[in-house]
Amino acid sequence: MNYYLLAPEICLLCTAFVVVLADLFLQQKRILAAVGIVGLVVSMGLSLSLWGNGGETLFDGMLAVDEFALFFKLFFSVAAILVILASTDYVLRFPRFQGEYYALVLLSTLGMMLMAATRELISIYIALELTSISLYVLVGFLKDPKSTEAGLKYLLLGAVASAVLLYGMALVFGFSGQTHLEAIATSIEAQLVGRAWDNPGLLLGLILLVAGLGFKIAAVPFQMWAPDVYEGAPTPITAYLSVASKAAGFAVILNVFLIAFGTDLCFDWAMIFAVLSAISMTLGNVVAISQTNIKRMLAYSSIAHAGYLMIGLAAVTKATSVADFGPTGLIFFLLSYAVTNLGAFIAIIAISDKIDSDLIDDYSGMGRRAPLLALALTVCLVSLTGLPPTAGFLAKLYIFNAAVHHGLTWLMIVAVINTVISAYYYFRVAKTMWLGAPISEQGIPSSRPLRAGLSIACLGILVIFFMPGPFLNIAQTVVGALP
Amino acid sequence: MLDQVPYQAAWAIFLLPLFSFVIISFLLRPFFNHQPKLSGQVTMAAIGLSFLLSVWVLWSVITQGALSIPEVTWVVIGDTTIKLGLMVDPLAAVMLIIVTLVSLMIQIYSQAYMDKDPGYCRYFAFMSLFTGSMLGLVLADNLVQLYVFWELVGLCSYLLIGFWFYRPAAAAAAKKAFIVTRVGDFGFLVAILFLYSRTGTFDIATLHHLAVAGVLSGTALTWAAIGIFAGAVGKSAQFPLHTWLPDAMEGPTPVSALIHAATMVAAGVFLVARLFPLFAHSPQAMTTVAIIGGFTAIFAASMGLVMNDVKRVLAYSTISQLGYMMLGLGAFGLAPAIFHLFNHAFFKALLFLGAGSVSHTTGTFDMREMGGLGKAMPWTYATFLIASLSIAGIWPLSGFWSKDEILTSAWGEQRIMFYLAMITVFMTAFYMFRVLFLTFGGEYRGGQHAHLHESPKVMVVPMVVLSILAVGSGWLNITGRFGHFLGEGAIGGWEHIFTIFAHPLPWISLIVAILGILLAYMMYSTKRLSAQAIGQRFSPFYTLFSKKYWFDELYEQIFVVRILVDGLFRVLHLFDSRAVDGAVNGMAEGTIAAGSCIRKAQTGQLQLYGLAIIIGVIIITGSFLGIHFWGG
Repeated sequence: MNYYLLAPEICLLCTAFVVVLADLFLQQKRILAAVGIVGLVVSMGLSLSLWGNGGETLFDGMLAVDEFALFFKLFFSVAAILVILASTDYVLRFPRFQGEYYALVLLSTLGMMLMAATRELISIYIALELTSISLYVLVGFLKDPKSTEAGLKYLLLGAVASAVLLYGMALVFGFSGQTHLEAIATSIEAQLVGRAWDNPGLLLGLILLVAGLGFKIAAVPFQMWAPDVYEGAPTPITAYLSVASKAAGFAVILNVFLIAFGTDLCFDWAMIFAVLSAISMTLGNVVAISQTNIKRMLAYSSIAHAGYLMIGLAAVTKATSVADFGPTGLIFFLLSYAVTNLGAFIAIIAISDKIDSDLIDDYSGMGRRAPLLALALTVCLVSLTGLPPTAGFLAKLYIFNAAVHHGLTWLMIVAVINTVISAYYYFRVAKTMWLGAPISEQGIPSSRPLRAGLSIACLGILVIFFMPGPFLNIAQTVVGALP
Repeated sequence: MLDQVPYQAAWAIFLLPLFSFVIISFLLRPFFNHQPKLSGQVTMAAIGLSFLLSVWVLWSVITQGALSIPEVTWVVIGDTTIKLGLMVDPLAAVMLIIVTLVSLMIQIYSQAYMDKDPGYCRYFAFMSLFTGSMLGLVLADNLVQLYVFWELVGLCSYLLIGFWFYRPAAAAAAKKAFIVTRVGDFGFLVAILFLYSRTGTFDIATLHHLAVAGVLSGTALTWAAIGIFAGAVGKSAQFPLHTWLPDAMEGPTPVSALIHAATMVAAGVFLVARLFPLFAHSPQAMTTVAIIGGFTAIFAASMGLVMNDVKRVLAYSTISQLGYMMLGLGAFGLAPAIFHLFNHAFFKALLFLGAGSVSHTTGTFDMREMGGLGKAMPWTYATFLIASLSIAGIWPLSGFWSKDEILTSAWGEQRIMFYLAMITVFMTAFYMFRVLFLTFGGEYRGGQHAHLHESPKVMVVPMVVLSILAVGSGWLNITGRFGHFLGEGAIGGWEHIFTIFAHPLPWISLIVAILGILLAYMMYSTKRLSAQAIGQRFSPFYTLFSKKYWFDELYEQIFVVRILVDGLFRVLHLFDSRAVDGAVNGMAEGTIAAGSCIRKAQTGQLQLYGLAIIIGVIIITGSFLGIHFWGG
């Protein structure tokens, strides 16, 4: 067996151990963040060296090393790097546990990487638990009442979702007698009679899988945990949850649904995702309007974005191909959403950490107190709204087009109306920052790692808009790599 | 003869002001803040250069036809490639001249007008961005590119209307402008995606061909055209989305001049003109454009009759004149409307700069506190008079020529609209000269100690330049050359300047306009007729006009009804707060009310959250079974 194919994961695992060990000896804890970032960069390098190897598999087809898996490995690494950059100031709230914190971030990244790479139900479940358990701990890391409550809620609801997911997997296994996704597809093709409802066991399994994975991506009606958990968790972890964890959920959904159920069944699950998409974006956007806490507002915004992303799952046809640009749009949307949302959260970390408040009203006059931070946050908000000249605009354009292309004009109209609604609350934050009177004249100093992270995110937002070509090519390659 | 202009020049036209924006915001504002004048100079230089290049481009288009410009691939969506390209045809070349010339004059004027304002740098940064975005919009060769700049123009007007954001009225006006125009933008965006789903292309030239060839036709074409027109209605402040423009007066006056003359509102008319073949092949769409335009013309003019704020009168006059342009587009075609846009840009910019110059001295825009300024401000007075004569449509000033073309075409195509337009001519002449007499005639009513003086040269010179254009720009089409350049009509001779009166129509419109001026003269200059008495005689109309037909209130009501549906308890609150800009607040409050209901479900109860997951599964399964039993 070629262990080099596992190198990115092995590297990350070692880095996590090194961080824990180094924590015992080092006084200067900032080095831990640097170690983590170096480990991630090396892992990225290893992933890149595997790019274009033609899609090999490991462990009897359980683990794939193709462009799809590699893309998500790079994606999660970049997200983790930005989160670590954003954490360097924040960790001072729990100075004694910095090593554990960084190690857990790395381990959950490892879990996500495996989530995207596995092509077999049981290992998908294991990877998902590795990710989730690290995240449960991270959410409760602040140990204040709010954070603890959030951690506990996430743990219990996560357990419910896992149970639902497992039950779904069991039913699918019961129908097909297989756990490998490709084998499931073959088996379903051989056995399926009529439409989905003629096979109630399989249908229920399918729906339970949607529910269990819908929890991970915070889609309505499986989103209830998100606002409370996002609000209570340490802000860098909130950012991580809203971007990386959601992306991992989508990676698994793409894997499972396109490979295992990519046959006649796709008419049924595409319809489920279309309806969930419409509900998620509408509910997320409408409730976001009345939020006063910026983290809660972004929680609802992330629910709404799960809705936009699911358009990519609704716009699929039986034979997945590159021309079938729902999934391609999803990948491209994920890219743009990741840089945008991470950027927004980094700016919020920088501001909220200093003013010690997450209330939108306390952001008043930030345009004068911290012009660059306010500008960066505004760019991110514009991109979240989906206006030019930002990545968010192109991402929406692409995915809305996918909807129209697949005859889902109604979904596109719902999405456009939602975009208009969302402009209201995103711009309210911008308005408060630029037009409100400052509460105090004190400036907001920010540390170098934060500024670096924010610059990378903002640069990404603009680069994706002005030079989308390479990113779209990558998205197409990634979708094309799926069997 | 010169060779064709290099295509890089066309790119430079809109990139220069954008570049100036970048330089001001990222170089001058952070590092050279002690020399604020630099930002104004950079802006002038950039826009001045753009103007020179525009002249070159126009010359090249006149002599050698439309420029062909290599495209750059921007993004590939499926089998569609969106390219970045520029479309430099006669229409774009004319618009380039309008935008750069008017903007340049306004930037020069602003050097003095904005002097000592703490936001001097920010002002010129936004102005550069505004001009650059508008130029980008004009040059766009596909709908996506056009839409990008379309939104940027909207964003800039938001920023500039709310320039003095510490005034609550300015912040509210900016928000209103942004949200009301977005209602129209929604239609535009849907139309773009609809056209794409039908044709698979965003390219404007291709869409033209498809419409002309009849591939795109029937109801589909009508709906697409109406969606596009919805965008234009929002941007050009046509009925029923006109409410934002009068409030937009809260921005600095040069900004109003730019919005009203060359950028924001002109974008709507330009959009219809740019996609004119789509409209031309759908009679229903054409009629809609004509009716909305004609109605808006008289509707807005009636409100202009009774306003006391100079800028508000001018705002309603803009809405009314844009209505003329839409009427021209819908009733006849591209050339008269664009010709009117061309003339209107100069005299309307001039009127606003005049109003700004007056307030520079008096510190107010309320005409009741002015009067007698003619003696103290001879230059402002003279230029304002020229602009008023021009907008009233007096021969041989520019407004006469373009208005006459629209009236003539309305006579032939839409007779009812013609009569409405004729009443509008009367109203326009009346309210403009009401402003003139109240401001410059009579005695000063603004207190004893005011030191009235003419504005500095930097402000007067642009006004003089614009007044020359307000006199002469109309002559460009006496021979029909302007229309011919835009692809319509034949070229005649110069004798048309007099022979136009061989037809009775020009006589009628001229007489109607003069009657309007006379009435204003008798009411506000000689006071032979008492304005109060007339106001009382027609008090229902007076109230109707001065309350702006209760449109702000109407929008409030509509949304209040929505709130009744969404959450009853919010209604009382809204009646209490009695929001002035009800449309905006009403929508927000309604949605907030809905949000609060949902928020109640978010109680933090863990069991409930867990239950929701299971309920979700049951509902999805249930709906499948439901479809199976009843629908499948």
